[in-house]
Amino acid sequence: MKLGIQINEGPYTHEASNTALNFCKAALEAGHEIFRVFFYHDGVNNGTRYTTPPQDDRHIVNSWSELAKENNIDLVVCVAAAQRRGIVDEGEQERNGKDGNNIAEGFRISGLGQLIEAGIQCDRLVVFGD
Amino acid sequence: MAILHTVNKSPFDKNSLEACVRLAVKGSSVLMIEDGVYGAMKGTVKSDVVTGAMGDVTFYVLGPDLKARGIGEDKLIDGVKVVDYSGFVNLTTENDKVQAWL
Repeated sequence: MKLGIQINEGPYTHEASNTALNFCKAALEAGHEIFRVFFYHDGVNNGTRYTTPPQDDRHIVNSWSELAKENNIDLVVCVAAAQRRGIVDEGEQERNGKDGNNIAEGFRISGLGQLIEAGIQCDRLVVFGD
Repeated sequence: MAILHTVNKSPFDKNSLEACVRLAVKGSSVLMIEDGVYGAMKGTVKSDVVTGAMGDVTFYVLGPDLKARGIGEDKLIDGVKVVDYSGFVNLTTENDKVQAWL
């Protein structure tokens, strides 16, 4: 089955990002396809490569990047939510005249249309967060 | 149409479990995850929320989240089914829709 994931909560807030990660891994193991993970609201904070947890703590951002790389998953960060929270890629850096960017590997910034498309294309849309 | 409802907040913190159970139609499934697993414990002031709807709704709880909170399966309301992440995925695909109560 084709599954879409929406995450509304940042890493290390409660548990949603971890739950979604574990859900995605179990779904992939069962032979399902993760069509897209859409990071919305505070969920966009999962997409900054400047995240530096203590070495003995789980690295949620890197876990997403690795999972995406291994399984060719589309990680999409909502542009409006990202702008409010300072999540920037090269395009947004240029467009908004910022002095740098912080998007993590495997993530891309795009619009709400990507969430709608996931809702249409996927057999199930599963939402995690606050 | 069968719906899987997910509840991720404790019933002692938010009213999402109660709202979900009130509106879930007969034949629905409710999966308690994250802090929502506290709703599956027996002998609490909130246990009636689950026991009262048990005839119409099937209740599940995510095992790893129980373990993370030190809740043994002996503390659960009778009839609540424990699933792991692969069980969560199966519930997602077996039901027609998934509704998260956030």
